[in-house]
Amino acid sequence: MSIWEYANPVKFIRATDRVLPWVSALALVCLVTGLIWGFFFTPEDYRQGSTVKIIYLHVPSALMAINAWIMMLVASLIWIVRRHHVSALAARAAAPVGTVFTLIALATGALWGQPMWGTWWAWDPRLTSFLILFLFYLGYMALWAAIENDDTAADLTSILCLVGSVFALLSRYAVNFWNQGLHQGASLSLDAEENVADVFWYPLLVCIAGFVALFIALVFLRTQTEIRARRARALLARERRA
Amino acid sequence: MTPDLGKYAFAVLGSYVVSLVLIAAVIVLSLVRSRRVRAELKRIEERLRNG
Repeated sequence: MSIWEYANPVKFIRATDRVLPWVSALALVCLVTGLIWGFFFTPEDYRQGSTVKIIYLHVPSALMAINAWIMMLVASLIWIVRRHHVSALAARAAAPVGTVFTLIALATGALWGQPMWGTWWAWDPRLTSFLILFLFYLGYMALWAAIENDDTAADLTSILCLVGSVFALLSRYAVNFWNQGLHQGASLSLDAEENVADVFWYPLLVCIAGFVALFIALVFLRTQTEIRARRARALLARERRA
Repeated sequence: MTPDLGKYAFAVLGSYVVSLVLIAAVIVLSLVRSRRVRAELKRIEERLRNG
């Protein structure tokens, strides 16, 4: 039994069909629980007031926006090295989900920043690298859509993904690299003193689990769709040649 | 039951509305495309099988 068995489209669809309902249910339960807990049953922060409730959307979406790109990077590398179509299609499937997470992180960040910083936007290292990551997501999807040949599209988008990874990493570590700008350091830390207080931390953890499960469920579903769409295109091409 | 969001109500409620709408949109669009592609593939396979 090897992970590469799932590079077979039929096996991938069969395996993901089995786990998809469970992952979807987990995402639903965690998101509903975490968001209701965070919104209704947590106190105000002594500095941020009620805007602290935005953390339950902003932090998980920002985390997953970067992780989605890293997942796409791994899938792209597998495509470049081993030429497994499922990995290229999984990267393609993850892009719209990552784009939505990036957009949520940018929008909630702006909505939080206006009352807290007095501005919707600042050209701060983390915000700027996140905006560039968003543009990379758009470019990545546009490139897939613009190229008719699937293998060529997978090759070129994989290269774009490698380049964009610089900004995905910058988004995560920009605060540490430059140590300037408006954005504070990481909200999550293994150091108990730096980490957010427990009363915010536990619902946040549930929301993060919900976003992770939602990402996995959507990537499984969308990869299945991409596999079927690719097969449909191949059958139509074969029919035209016959 | 509803927490008093005070002067930050717009920021907090706006964040939740925008996020939930975007999440719902990506889920619905993914499901719709999945059904459409599945049906299309089935149609093509049946057409090819029946010559």
